[in-house]
Amino acid sequence: MSSVVLLKIKHTDLKTNFKQIKEKIIESILMLSSAATSITVVLIVFFLFIEGAGVFNKKPVDKGFLLAVHDSNQVKKLEPSQIKDVFDQKITNWKELGGKDQAIVLFRTSDITDYYTEEELGENFEYFPDKINELIAKTPGIIAFFSDKYKNKDFKGRELDIDKISVYEFLSGEEWFPTAEPVAQMGVKPLIYGTLWVSFGAIVLALPIGLFAAIYLSEIAKKRTRNLLKPLIELLAGIPSVVYGFFGLVIIVPLIQDIFNLPVGETALAGSVVLAIMALPTIITISEDAMRNTPRAMKEASLALGASHWQTIYKVVIPYSASGITAGAILGIGRAIGETMAVLMVTGNAAVIPHTFLAPVRTIPATIAAELGEAANGGLHYEALFALGCILFIITFGINMLVEMVTNRQSHKKH
Amino acid sequence: MNVENRLANKKRRSQKVAFGIFSFTSYSVVALLFVILAFIVVKGIGAISWEFISEMPKNGMTEGGIFPAIIGTLCLVLASMIFAFPVGVLAAIYMNEYVKQGWPKKIIKQMTNNLAGVPSIVFGLFGMSLFVNKLGFGDSILAGGLTLGLLVLPVIIRTTEEALKAVDDTFRQASLALGASKWETTSKIVFPIAFPNIITGMILSIGRVSGETAPILFTVAAYFLPKLPTSIFDQAMALPYHLYVISTSGTNIEASRSMAYGTALILIIIVLISNLLANALRKYYGKKVKMN
Repeated sequence: MSSVVLLKIKHTDLKTNFKQIKEKIIESILMLSSAATSITVVLIVFFLFIEGAGVFNKKPVDKGFLLAVHDSNQVKKLEPSQIKDVFDQKITNWKELGGKDQAIVLFRTSDITDYYTEEELGENFEYFPDKINELIAKTPGIIAFFSDKYKNKDFKGRELDIDKISVYEFLSGEEWFPTAEPVAQMGVKPLIYGTLWVSFGAIVLALPIGLFAAIYLSEIAKKRTRNLLKPLIELLAGIPSVVYGFFGLVIIVPLIQDIFNLPVGETALAGSVVLAIMALPTIITISEDAMRNTPRAMKEASLALGASHWQTIYKVVIPYSASGITAGAILGIGRAIGETMAVLMVTGNAAVIPHTFLAPVRTIPATIAAELGEAANGGLHYEALFALGCILFIITFGINMLVEMVTNRQSHKKH
Repeated sequence: MNVENRLANKKRRSQKVAFGIFSFTSYSVVALLFVILAFIVVKGIGAISWEFISEMPKNGMTEGGIFPAIIGTLCLVLASMIFAFPVGVLAAIYMNEYVKQGWPKKIIKQMTNNLAGVPSIVFGLFGMSLFVNKLGFGDSILAGGLTLGLLVLPVIIRTTEEALKAVDDTFRQASLALGASKWETTSKIVFPIAFPNIITGMILSIGRVSGETAPILFTVAAYFLPKLPTSIFDQAMALPYHLYVISTSGTNIEASRSMAYGTALILIIIVLISNLLANALRKYYGKKVKMN
């Protein structure tokens, strides 16, 4: 008798045990899923920074190419920007680079025919290395750029040391020519400026409009009107960015070209207008939510004191919801900074530091989108674009944190 | 008396002006939406025909249809949802049903928010670096689908959480009081009630996925590919990328304008349908739950 009871107990024990194990397994699966976003963020940071860091570890010369000077030349090392100036003939004397007073003689592989005839080079250019060697040896002022397969064993010239791109140079450089020869120019300043110009232009346009609409929707409109308008405004957020870009391209760009009488309509202004339209739903929804959170008692107290509806709005509701409105604006800026396709299609993509809204600009995301397809995997250009991605990630991450801080302040105020 | 009157008048007048401006801007924003929609509908409707949605592009994409792009986008939506929907829903269940307030929840929440704020082009870079190169998927539907899936993961988590939060606590308590375990309660009581709202979130994220361009630029999208993908390791055309290509860098931009309008219209239609469907579902089930 007792053994039967025991068995029964054991059986139920097993059952509950099994059930508990199942529950545990399910819980750990759930936990794993919930870790997916955190893991993704960590992976994004890891991959972006690993690939992006490569740009600071390489010389900005294409692999397999070298720069050489005459053996007697005192200049040992040059910065990428100096090399570019040399090859652009902005610097024409070694004196400017700390060497002897001697004119710089530029030499690229294609210049060889200026010095030697085809017969001298051989039918299959088999004497090419010898001739380059000879040329460098007899020209004291030369700076030669050529493939290292033409470098002879008894090479008489001296290979020039090129500085790696420093983080400072990367951030403060004013020229973005990632595929330039002989050395790539990787200054992201024009891209950062372009991004900021377009984004701030957008927010200047969108903030007042968004704020007015939010006030109307939360404080003035009847419930029925609000229920009709709000989904429509949210629909604006659902339109794909490439459609906005297309709309901007066929409507806003020609419009701006006509109004300001410009040679091209693809300008920072066009980007700002398109981005403003895209940022509107974010700003409106978030600031409207903040305004609707104003305690009814506060509004009623204001009205009871004889303030008009309008006075109540700008003396009570707006100050109360200021942090929510700020959050909306910051988030709108964040969206604008990260937006790619629409901006790529309407801003003209000229990598120069803008001085007016009516000139073409190029933003960081647009640069990545436009150039990554042509950049060789793992090459310097590829890595530079990942470094741009890092900058973008840091900016948007910072913006998110800022929004978090602002909204936290608001929720503290409530309690 | 007179002064008071004048003051009151002034007050009333400034209120009238202010309110006028506010309502005007609100209606302008909505009008803007209609202008954009109307413009694309009017210009695009002429391009749309059976041929347009069922044929391959021809003549340097100035004629023919966009069939492979439609199929490509469909594949991408499917691939991303197969990955993101279960993960997102399970994550939301864990966050809402299992963890109490505390630092793990805070961290997960914060990370989800951060992921939602990552620009789409950064997803593209990440997808290219991890899926295409590191894991060796190449430019493929798999790589693009996973990238897009990660992109909408925060959206799905957020909407699912909202849906779960909306389920009344008495359901949970009743179930637990009857001796059901946590998972039984979640899977048999809470989830079915929240399901319509969860589906609403999924439909909205389908709209989002089908319009995203930047993440697929370097992970899957093909410039021109006049055949359908046969496996998840194939490249594919996609509607948003197709629109970008034929409106900016096609062989003959002017000649392909009508194709571009048509493609934009198809994209808009997808977004509109997913929004309307989501709204309708929300309303329908919202009523049903209340009635019971």
